[in-house]
Amino acid sequence: MRTQNATAYRFLTPYLLIFAIFWIWPIISSFIISFQATRTVPWRFAPTFNWGRLIGDPAFYNALKNTLLILVIQVPVMIALAIVMAVLLNSPLLKARGLYRFAFFAPVVVGEVAYSAVFRLMFSLDFGIVNKLLESVGISKIDWFSNVTPAMALIMIAVTWRWAGYNAIIILAGLQSIPEDVYEAATLDRVSRVKQFFYITLPLLKPVIVFCAVLSIIGTMQLFTEPFLITERGGPGGGTETLGLLLYRQGFRSLNFGYASAVAYTMAGLAIAITLVQLWLMREPK
Amino acid sequence: MTSRSQARLGRVIALHLFLTPLALIWLFPLWMMVVFSTMPDNGIFSPGIELLPHDNFLDNVANLQRDTNFIGAIGISVSVAVTYTVLSVLLTSMAGWALARYEFHGKGAVVAIIFGTITLPYAVVLIPQFIMVARDFALANTWIALIVPPLFNSLGVLFMRQAFSMMPAELFDAARVEGVKEWRIFLFVALPLARPMLAALAIILFLASWNNYLWPLLINSQPGAMTAPVALGTLIGLTKVSWGGIMAGAVMLTVPMLIVFVLLQRHFIAGIAAGAVK
Repeated sequence: MRTQNATAYRFLTPYLLIFAIFWIWPIISSFIISFQATRTVPWRFAPTFNWGRLIGDPAFYNALKNTLLILVIQVPVMIALAIVMAVLLNSPLLKARGLYRFAFFAPVVVGEVAYSAVFRLMFSLDFGIVNKLLESVGISKIDWFSNVTPAMALIMIAVTWRWAGYNAIIILAGLQSIPEDVYEAATLDRVSRVKQFFYITLPLLKPVIVFCAVLSIIGTMQLFTEPFLITERGGPGGGTETLGLLLYRQGFRSLNFGYASAVAYTMAGLAIAITLVQLWLMREPK
Repeated sequence: MTSRSQARLGRVIALHLFLTPLALIWLFPLWMMVVFSTMPDNGIFSPGIELLPHDNFLDNVANLQRDTNFIGAIGISVSVAVTYTVLSVLLTSMAGWALARYEFHGKGAVVAIIFGTITLPYAVVLIPQFIMVARDFALANTWIALIVPPLFNSLGVLFMRQAFSMMPAELFDAARVEGVKEWRIFLFVALPLARPMLAALAIILFLASWNNYLWPLLINSQPGAMTAPVALGTLIGLTKVSWGGIMAGAVMLTVPMLIVFVLLQRHFIAGIAAGAVK
């Protein structure tokens, strides 16, 4: 066994070093920093300094509220859309499948900055193509950037456009792993297609859907680039500020590392809670 | 029989009537990106509805280059993404190989730590990484800062561990009997067999590096050290800036990836779907 130990660690060590320095140690370190007052030199241990401030900070509650609002609305809409996309792309009746796949999957390769720029231009008040098209069908134009509700809607539309196809790819892979004969048996028993979807497809897809939901929740919880670039630093007036933006402002504009670490660990706490819910949902039925 | 084939035809039509508008809406932002990138600024900011490309693309590229050194930034992005991809594929496939094919002390702990921390948000490590790289190592605005810290990503380890553990042990045992060294077995037997998985992994990693925004924004903020997305991002929101130029930049970032996507779609989809199917 000794020789295998040596060989194994020769292959493993280069990666483990990087993993320890740039992932494991920062996880521990930011937990410690969140209990330190970091705007004095040297930093000193002050257990309630950042967390106490966080609990009473209206900016934190605003960012938390916006983040949760986006989570609660955008993630279910996107997952439902992704299921529809995947099921229809999987239909044997579909012609020109490659074209449809391209349309829905292409956003997966588009960078955050590039698509944020396009959405910003498309939705601008006077010259944006979206308002022009709305007006051409008799709907009055919408000021997407100066009012909170349309600005939030815009962020959700943008994120949904970018990620629905990504989730559809994962769900499609799940669909294709369902054996054909399940459906054949159901068809022989004259179970309608709609019933087949709700009583066969959805239950069998449950693990994949839960996986997509957790992935999307954790991604959306860290939402940064879209409110940073599309709605101009979380505008109007903090109306689209997220926890990700608050962390950025506190950590890298105000260089308030302790407070930003407390914000980061709030996000981690939410992520851990969500992961536990996932494990509970996926538990083996006894 | 006719009524059944009529019903089938009805379903085919309904399917396409629903999916085609949805597909067009989904393509619309990409199409408009291309259209905007070919329009002069006074055309973008005019009251008419323009849905077809013009011929101003090269002027827009020149405008963009006037606003920021975008070509230079593209050079940095390409070099960083290529280097990152090669290093990450190498490091993670070595680690995946060890976890898949050897029994050793601490194996369970390594796997548990990787899986146990995988759903933690990246935001948690951002501040310590920044303090470490910028202050402790004084490496801000260097290539190392862009390439090395993101190598922690454990996606590749899990992906390659899966790939190697599905290979039959006889393949490697035959070589061992003949006295071939372990690193040669890894390099010349295992890696070639894993080529499709390596391709999928490399594509996903390249794309992640190419599009990476937050970390490069924080660590390489000096003009000459910016990656292309960061350089483009600095222009968004400025008042005196060419939007045709910004769109030309967005096209230069996006269209090469779309072409790669079309050519290597199978690997792309395998890479993304692999995260889910375990």
